[in-house]
Amino acid sequence: MPGSSLLERVNTLNPQFDFWSLRHVEARSEHLKVRQDVLEPPYQCVDIGIYVTVVQDGGVGYAASPDSSKAGLADAFERAAAWARQSARQALFDAKLFPKSTLSGRYKSHVKKSYLKFSLSDRIDRLKEAAALLKSDDRIVDWTASFSHTQSKEFYCNSEGARIQQDFEIFIPNLTATAHEAGQTQTRTLAGHGVGRQAGFELLDQINFKESAVRIGQEAVELVLADNCPSGELDLLLAPDQMMLQIHESIGHPLELDRILGDERNYAGTSFVTQNMFGNYQYGSEHLNVTFDPARAGEIASYAFDDEGTPAEKVFLIEKGILKRPLGGPLSQARADMEGVSNTRASSWNRPPIDRMANLNLEAGSHSMEDMISSVERGVFMESNISWSIDDSRNKFQFGCERGQLIENGRLTKVVRNPNYRGISATFWRNLAKVGNESTVGVYGTPNCGKGEPNQVIRVGHASPACLFNQVDVFGGHQ
Amino acid sequence: MNTREYFFALTERLAAGMKADEHFTCWFSGESSDFVRFNHAAVRQAGSVKQGFLRASLIQGQKQSVFTMGICEDIEKDGEALERLLNEQRVKMEFIPDDPYLLISTVPHSSDSVEESQLSDPRQVVEYTLAMAQGLDLVGIYAGGTIYRGFANSFGQKNWLTKHNFNLDFSVYLRADKAVKASYAGFVFDPLHFERELTLVKEKLRALEQPSRDLSPGKYRAYLTPAALHDLVSMLGWGGLSEKALRTKQSSLNKMRDEGKTLSALFSLYEHTGKGTGPLFQAQGFIKPDCVSLIKEGELVGSLISPRTAKEYGTHTNGADGSETPEAYDVAPGNLPREDVLKALGTGIYIGNLWYLNYSDRQSARITGMTRFATFWVEDGQIVAPLNVMRFDDSLYALLGENLEALTKECDFMLDPSTYEERSTGSAHLPGAIINNFNLTL
Repeated sequence: MPGSSLLERVNTLNPQFDFWSLRHVEARSEHLKVRQDVLEPPYQCVDIGIYVTVVQDGGVGYAASPDSSKAGLADAFERAAAWARQSARQALFDAKLFPKSTLSGRYKSHVKKSYLKFSLSDRIDRLKEAAALLKSDDRIVDWTASFSHTQSKEFYCNSEGARIQQDFEIFIPNLTATAHEAGQTQTRTLAGHGVGRQAGFELLDQINFKESAVRIGQEAVELVLADNCPSGELDLLLAPDQMMLQIHESIGHPLELDRILGDERNYAGTSFVTQNMFGNYQYGSEHLNVTFDPARAGEIASYAFDDEGTPAEKVFLIEKGILKRPLGGPLSQARADMEGVSNTRASSWNRPPIDRMANLNLEAGSHSMEDMISSVERGVFMESNISWSIDDSRNKFQFGCERGQLIENGRLTKVVRNPNYRGISATFWRNLAKVGNESTVGVYGTPNCGKGEPNQVIRVGHASPACLFNQVDVFGGHQ
Repeated sequence: MNTREYFFALTERLAAGMKADEHFTCWFSGESSDFVRFNHAAVRQAGSVKQGFLRASLIQGQKQSVFTMGICEDIEKDGEALERLLNEQRVKMEFIPDDPYLLISTVPHSSDSVEESQLSDPRQVVEYTLAMAQGLDLVGIYAGGTIYRGFANSFGQKNWLTKHNFNLDFSVYLRADKAVKASYAGFVFDPLHFERELTLVKEKLRALEQPSRDLSPGKYRAYLTPAALHDLVSMLGWGGLSEKALRTKQSSLNKMRDEGKTLSALFSLYEHTGKGTGPLFQAQGFIKPDCVSLIKEGELVGSLISPRTAKEYGTHTNGADGSETPEAYDVAPGNLPREDVLKALGTGIYIGNLWYLNYSDRQSARITGMTRFATFWVEDGQIVAPLNVMRFDDSLYALLGENLEALTKECDFMLDPSTYEERSTGSAHLPGAIINNFNLTL
């Protein structure tokens, strides 16, 4: 077990608490960017630290430190215990509810062509090649190609004997082209910065990285010359790289159990969903099936155990439109007396685990893209998120996309710029008319989901087919 | 050895390891913080975080490679890790071309600012806070402790900042989504000050007791508190005032730079580092001016220029960080006394906070977002009822342009409560604003 030397130090200390757990995170990352054919300074980051939880005298406390020496561990245990004793006096919940995993196991990302097996010059050459392909027109005024790669080794152990080692490898390629003409600027990216997975260089083949660079440059120019998106109650066909945002904001966040319990009300917000809605509430149309699935290989937030040692499994949160289960880890489940999922996660060693999404997917339906397009008399096909805003109860939303294309009499016609739409979560999903089949599914992920106090950004994955919604309030930008 | 001495000892080790043709710059960011989350006026999660990150650039001629490493304040362990990382950068240099936009400060400007801590014991603060919040549904976070920022380079420059402060950022809920948000930030926790804050919160909570109203979409007169105006103005931090974004036509203020479009003559905006709480130095060693004029009486007169952008576009840096985002927003006050705000508003919306803003059409500086927390319907200068949340979608050219009617004489000073990765040193100093035709859409 890779954490054995750490365990030896802990055993020497022999911490005497009602319960303790320890998480050690060692993350190494590289970020490479070619902007306008110039390689920006390569950036490397090494971040190592420990996170300790102590349950003692009826309270829970934590401490984090970059120092995992015996002295560092002792200091962390002492600080965590001090906060445990203090919080016991004014605790929100009974410390007995704190989860105490007894499990052990291992997880490793499934990677075929590890990023680090390719030389630095090869990595740079691929970016330079893509950057050159992005700049296909004089009207492109800024363009970048970048790789972000992280290897993270995470070890969890506790006083109940749990021993879990999980090794993650995350790869996020990106492409951006900005075109400008006659006072108008438009930017096109690789799926709205949403191509992140547990993968190696095989991902570049899967997403046609080089061909995408050509397309993105051309589409940026096409958008800058396009008309504004029309306004009106129109049918809306969303590509998977916009569905990820739609699922994330208006299903993922409102179903987080800690929000429902009020923890996030000062910052990320509350939820229009209440505990009594689970099991009976019609969240969407009968076509809506949403799963929490950290066990799905290859998505950016796949794992075998969450950060408190709860085993991961696929769970339906919404089935045939009916709300089934919240996104809450064992502690939230105990506080709410409800079943949940294995989603207690922290952004790194320096933040406490809270309820997060992990992989939240919309299950495929039966319609081909052609089916869905041909069924629309007047509508818009929107791709790649560019703007997102939703109220603190996760209800009234307004989202914008990079690219729109009109659907007229069952056919895709002209491209339109600044496509936006707005709606209310509680009713929007009931207008879900058709769900695309497997051939329309896209797998996306982002490292930038913000939540929590202290604040944390974390990786979340979303796989979804293209989906068709009836009669949505659609509009464009200023003329 | 304290953290300051440790950082300089480590950078001396770095300097000693430099080869003849090498230089380095080194940024340090660290903290020792306590974080206590509250929900329902009880402790949800409490703990402490110690962390320190060293971000260094190794420079060989015109080549540079950058790395960050966490430090554990063990000179042997950190020193070995530093040496290993330096050698990894040296190996990379073979594959790295010259960086045409490399610009670092080579003339040393050292500085040293170390505050003595006046912080109260955080456990005592938690006791006070929860004792005074009895009977209230208080939710939020206490974040407090020591923040460190440092810089050193191979030209002999040394800069340091030690700050001890806290930010108690909280809301008190009446029911569902009806709440009042407040914060108490500073250097010494005074229970009497917090009590006064809570009294103000309770007054606003009483106004929330009335049945809520829904508004129809449309245009309304509105008063934005300083916090709400900050939410709006901080959208200019999303590339709006960045010289790089302006040069590459991606700024929301392109029309001001390219077409001479203006905002209201009432509106002036500065990056006022001297008024803020952040360091006066940045990661390439340049010193930040006390104040940079960005928008003066409605005209775009400046921008934030990082060293890299300055080199790329042949201009001068004004000490901006790489993100070219304001750290110390300062909006000039107006003439409206705060006590006359409701009278001046007449009939319209009092907006306590805005929330989740984003551009709906960046080229037109059009922004959408929500109202949040204490937002009320006002009739004839009197608060009548709380409002349910509403979405707005409007251009900054209207909101801070022809529709900006007045700014208050008094400004609020706000410390940024953000704790993403680390506790922020950002700040804002703003008045409240009366705006005509505030466009509600949903």
